Amino acid sequence: MSETHSIGCEQALQRLLEFIDGELPDEAHESIERHLLVCRSCFSRMEFETRLKHRLSTLSFSDVPTQSRDRISDLLKGF
Amino acid sequence: MATISKDAFAAEVLAILGPLHGVARRLTKNDADADDLVAESITRGWQARASLIDRCAFRAWMFRILNNTFISQRRKTLARPREELLPDESSGEERTFSIFERLHRPFLLWFATPEQEFLDKLLREDLERALAALPEHYRVVVMLADVEGLKYGEIAEALDVPVGTVRSRLARARGALQRTLWDVARERGLQTSTAGRTSA
Repeated sequence: MSETHSIGCEQALQRLLEFIDGELPDEAHESIERHLLVCRSCFSRMEFETRLKHRLSTLSFSDVPTQSRDRISDLLKGF
Repeated sequence: MATISKDAFAAEVLAILGPLHGVARRLTKNDADADDLVAESITRGWQARASLIDRCAFRAWMFRILNNTFISQRRKTLARPREELLPDESSGEERTFSIFERLHRPFLLWFATPEQEFLDKLLREDLERALAALPEHYRVVVMLADVEGLKYGEIAEALDVPVGTVRSRLARARGALQRTLWDVARERGLQTSTAGRTSA
């Protein structure tokens, strides 16, 4: 069974972005999750950072201009 | 492990062509240069296909080649490296800058969230402008992590740096992005009346 000690706001905020990115080990992830359940301020911060990250993800170009795609297709055929 | 076949290589490239082209466009800030960069990177990738150890790591491997190709092209065209090519340096303020901390009012009613309103008012163009204004080494890491959704391990592979460097560079880059976004919003008159209460 993992340790269930509580963490404070400072510790939670230090690793909040890694938490949002899903880059923390299980135990650290769970510690922050527990803190967010009881801390409204950190929860609001998490919501804000998550939404900003989501907004940035919408900048990804899903479509490549046809001319560029054709050029790459021709290049690949030539290998 | 067998070297990747021509068909498999083509399929892998076409599967990530959108992100590759998107990152190239934001690196070069020019569509024609982006096309050239992607084509050159794919050619180099094909020539170096024996160095691809793990097919599952194709995306990170290809981004690494793209990044290296971009850097080598830049070195050829510049008489001396621009400031952007220098290692990470930023002020502490930039690293810790947080729009949330500027706007959040803990004692407002639950439905009053100035920080969320700020995000609601942001346009795609505002985000594009802020991203484009970042120094190159910050722009790349934000593009890979937040725009294209790579994991830290993949970014480390793509940029040829340790994972610890990805963590610290990303933290600085996100602070710098929020600082820039804050300035972009101010120029557009977006900041709410609660903004700037802790501004220096």
